[in-house]
Amino acid sequence: MDIIITGLLLGGTYALIAFGLNLQYGVARIMNLANGEFLVLGALAAFWIFVADSISPVLTMLIVAPLSFFGNWVIYKLLLRPLVRRAKNQGQLEVDSILATFGMSFALVGIMVSMHGEYFTYSYLAEPFEIVGETFALNRIVAFCFAVLIGGALWLWLYYTRPGMAMRAVSVSTEASGLVGIDVPRLSALAFALGGAVTTMGGTLISTFITLDASVGVIFTMKALIIIIMGGVGDIRGAIVAALILGLVETTVARLIDPGLTLAAAYAIFVLVLLFRPQGLFGRKPT
Amino acid sequence: MSHGSDIKSLVWGAVLLLLAACVPLVANGYWMSIALTIAMFTVLATSWALFSGPTHYISLATAAFFGVGGYLVGTGMSDYNMGFWTMVVIAPVVGAVLAFLIGIATLRLSGVYFVIFTLGLAEMIRTLVSWIQNNFTGSRGLYVLTDLTEADIYIYLVILAAVVYLAGWWVNRSRIGFALRIIGNDEMVARHVGINTATSKVILFTFSGFIAALVGALIAPRYTYIEPNGVFSPEISFIVVIMALLGGTGRLWGPIVGVIPFALLQEFINANYSSYSTLVMGVAFLVIVYFLPKGVVGRIEQALATRRKSTW
Repeated sequence: MDIIITGLLLGGTYALIAFGLNLQYGVARIMNLANGEFLVLGALAAFWIFVADSISPVLTMLIVAPLSFFGNWVIYKLLLRPLVRRAKNQGQLEVDSILATFGMSFALVGIMVSMHGEYFTYSYLAEPFEIVGETFALNRIVAFCFAVLIGGALWLWLYYTRPGMAMRAVSVSTEASGLVGIDVPRLSALAFALGGAVTTMGGTLISTFITLDASVGVIFTMKALIIIIMGGVGDIRGAIVAALILGLVETTVARLIDPGLTLAAAYAIFVLVLLFRPQGLFGRKPT
Repeated sequence: MSHGSDIKSLVWGAVLLLLAACVPLVANGYWMSIALTIAMFTVLATSWALFSGPTHYISLATAAFFGVGGYLVGTGMSDYNMGFWTMVVIAPVVGAVLAFLIGIATLRLSGVYFVIFTLGLAEMIRTLVSWIQNNFTGSRGLYVLTDLTEADIYIYLVILAAVVYLAGWWVNRSRIGFALRIIGNDEMVARHVGINTATSKVILFTFSGFIAALVGALIAPRYTYIEPNGVFSPEISFIVVIMALLGGTGRLWGPIVGVIPFALLQEFINANYSSYSTLVMGVAFLVIVYFLPKGVVGRIEQALATRRKSTW
């Protein structure tokens, strides 16, 4: 029971991060391997502001979200848009964007290491909290609740507003949505920026209960990618289920076998997905 | 490519390799060590480019195979009392089997899945190996004690480079090389003209895994003390990708054009500004994508082609 709830709580935050990457890959078609670094930036900001002025990470989140939105928007406009224009097909764009975001990821890690080379250790709401007779750390629960709030708001926006609908249209087909008068470049930039902002908020939330350091971003990129592939690219419902599964499996392995094996567990899931359901949990086989 | 120019390039290659084999005669300790690093990355980057060049599938698995090779030599010699050369034979076979299995699982699907899978592979194997070491085998320090000098290892790697170049030369002329180029241009077309795309990709990926594990095994005596954290360092994969793409993967000899300057640059950075090495790698990736998409060799060939056009 303890494992299940902890796993679900972790999965909730994973779902939020995967949501961010899903917007970037599903809508803007950029395989962003620097995604994890934006997560770590969110964590670093939370750590700094908390240590300096003991301002709650929840407030930090409100500050970093627009900053990350703006930063990602600029990156898309300046660095990624030229690649989209230059690419003759989706395959070439994928290769180019993978290499370019690798570059950004390393550059960001390099900058962050030079700013703060140690672990981002701080303690926020590390108090016991009781659910059905068992105790959990309050920070995990708060992070989960905020992840659900942010994810829920995004979902409402995507499904019940006009820009949200346009965004979903772009994710189905860039060409067709261009034909019906959607400004694809503008929406792609918006999706990329929004995805980055969501990921950074996820990083701020995660930093309240997991201690991160400057070079850990790639692990989170990896996990977000596994979640997206397991759930099916662009499939929000699938991604949520996949994130919860990953959270549960990781927690189980960490508790019952060894905390060092969480990445191996994530890989085991990944291999199973690739072998049996490469189209995603709820995806249909391409004909 | 005509028969004559093929023979000519073979002769040129042989002469250059012979020259490379003479380096230990003139180089002192410091330069020998750099030459060894260059030889190591030449083999790794060239065998990487054999697979990733024509297909455009960016493999980040080099560190995993390299680490498997080095680690097997370490554990074989320290934990099981095997000889160095026995392990040098076993290690690349294990690397090839691993590459084959990964290839089967991921190369049937789109390239992105492959990249993602290889992205965390070295790290995953590292955690797995550390876990096994801590819980089952017990020993933490793995020693590789041989009487091989850096110059000996260097010569082995030059021979291995010759083998890789020959293999690449053969692949480029063979049906499988042709098949891979078609796959790289348009996988759909390749499938429609009856190429078994998955098999062709798996074969070459297995070969590159074999070579990377062999390099890891051969170079193990250089480090004497093998630690999972060292041999599975993911950086190796990225450096190999940067070097190969910097030189250019369009030609067999392209990667080495990137290996030499980047190895020297890294040596310089690590000696003087070691905290910036990650940043330098990031900048290198960006420079390649935005300014040298076909590598230095591609850029030079482009320049030559335009000049030829303008003079005619």
